[in-house]
Amino acid sequence: MNFKLTEEQELLRKTVRDFAENEIGPKAAEMDEKEDYDWSLWDKMADMGLTGIVFPEKYGGAEMDYVSYALAVEELARVDASSSVVIAAHTSLCSWPIYAFGNEEQKQRFLVPLAEGKKLGALGLTEPSAGSDAGAVKLSAVADGNDYILNGTKTFITNGGKGDIYVVVVSTDKAKKHRGTAAFVVEKGTPGFTFGKKEHKLGIRASYTYELVFENCRVPKENMLASDGDGFKVAMATLDGGRISIAAQAVGIAQGAYEQALAYSKIREQFGRPISANQGIQWMLADMHTRVEAARLLTLHSAYLRDAGEPHTKESAMAKLYAAECSMWVTVKAVQIFGGYGYSREYPVERMMRDAKITEIYEGTSEVQRIVISNSILR
Amino acid sequence: MKIVALVKQTFDSEAKIALEGGKIGRQGISLIMNPYDEYAVEEALKLKEKNGGEVTVVTVGPDEATEAVRQALAMGADQGILVNPGTEDIDESTVATILAKAVSSLEYDIILGGFRAIDDGSAQVAGRVAEILNLPVVNMVTKLEADGGKAVATADIEGGSAVMEVPLPAVITAQKGLNEPRYPSMKGIMQAKKKPLKKMGLGDVSLDASQVAAKVKVLNYSLPPARAAGKVIPGEPAEAAAALAKALREEAKII
Repeated sequence: MNFKLTEEQELLRKTVRDFAENEIGPKAAEMDEKEDYDWSLWDKMADMGLTGIVFPEKYGGAEMDYVSYALAVEELARVDASSSVVIAAHTSLCSWPIYAFGNEEQKQRFLVPLAEGKKLGALGLTEPSAGSDAGAVKLSAVADGNDYILNGTKTFITNGGKGDIYVVVVSTDKAKKHRGTAAFVVEKGTPGFTFGKKEHKLGIRASYTYELVFENCRVPKENMLASDGDGFKVAMATLDGGRISIAAQAVGIAQGAYEQALAYSKIREQFGRPISANQGIQWMLADMHTRVEAARLLTLHSAYLRDAGEPHTKESAMAKLYAAECSMWVTVKAVQIFGGYGYSREYPVERMMRDAKITEIYEGTSEVQRIVISNSILR
Repeated sequence: MKIVALVKQTFDSEAKIALEGGKIGRQGISLIMNPYDEYAVEEALKLKEKNGGEVTVVTVGPDEATEAVRQALAMGADQGILVNPGTEDIDESTVATILAKAVSSLEYDIILGGFRAIDDGSAQVAGRVAEILNLPVVNMVTKLEADGGKAVATADIEGGSAVMEVPLPAVITAQKGLNEPRYPSMKGIMQAKKKPLKKMGLGDVSLDASQVAAKVKVLNYSLPPARAAGKVIPGEPAEAAAALAKALREEAKII
């Protein structure tokens, strides 16, 4: 058993850390405040190849493993959770299903520009009454000659509005439930495909979240991933990988908050000594550090299993569940250690605490992760 | 164009330095490529992009210094050489002698390096290499153009700058402002492991320990005194200002 990162993984971690601290860090608070992303950062991430880490070189990627990808997402989230979800949603939720289920022509057309960062990707799965229950999607696709006509809406779509390429899970036959689903690639600008309202959120405020609206949107059959009937399968496989990146995001947010709290506890003085001299604070810091490390190990383990081609549905659910709850817990403690300053927007921990909450919700709530885990151990 | 970049692995500029048994402790210190050498590598890559050719990165240090070389390879350098002197008891003459020997086995049109390293700050090594190889040197360069047989360099001088011309080959040392070093790309990181990185000992560059023995011996290291806590002077503005002036004069003795 070997827990040591490879030389490449170490260099990637250091590179992304430097980049995040130097380029993203100074902008994170302002982007949160303005609820807007500075897309010049996207161009820089594209130049570095952060937009296609896990895909083969022939499809414009860097051909790195999932451990590397998890490390990169963690390092971005350590400084700015919004940046990490822009990359995570683009990579795991849009580019990956095209890589895994697309034919060669679809990969050339969609995956290459996505991996190279020339296009931004998003996944349209969630609806007012569907999400983790992917078989319940209502957005309908009706065959018409060589096309399908899409009608319906998708909600809470990360990278929506700005995204160029969308993987959209639709219902082609409601009677067949999840076996009557399909996944389409739909490009921004397709007639009949528009954006509804932009969501105003508690956290990850710089990341775009939009409603997608399809009104008699005509999509050619060659944009379908895999076959008619496979939409549910595409969605479930996509979420398995997506959980790893959200777990990594949660670890990164927690690590960032822990480091902030650790540094602050050493300089904040009360009663003539730094607050870190108090056992109450020491134990909080010890618990924070321990939990972050445990969450990281679960996350990297699930990434390792994916790299090894092993089943990892349960493990990635466990990683996401634990890392998300760890992230919430650690960021709350970080705000507590900062006291009044932690509650102020002058310091980053309140943003981290708001950002952490989403990791317990999106790509399957913590409750859904528990369902996935218990299904796996009770069957 | 054959370009050589000299690099050194140093402590992270944000590392907290502590003394252990009279020596600088290495525990828990992360290591980086000397930032001035990063400018040199970036400039080397720019010259290559403009003129074609190849970039060779050379370092002297322990085996772990390969990390700094790999970083340069990931940024785009073509090959790396690490010479491990086999001892920590080295000085600037040691490093320069080894570097010059390693470089002399290469073809080169220009040799770039940081003008100083952020750890010992001696600013000697590149100049010594130039001396040993009998090459002209321009120090603290903030702008460089090199092609054909000459280089035109803008260098910092006291109170201003000077534009200088030297025939190639020459040694150029980088000052902050020369460029903005690129981040290694993910593809670059993956390609770096496939690029040649030669790890050598003294014997491989036809040197023995006596030829590179340190001439300067560090007797002891000391840390700067810890900064005393600040002092807040309370009271009405006029009174406080008077008290501040008095403290500056009598306690701090700076006015």
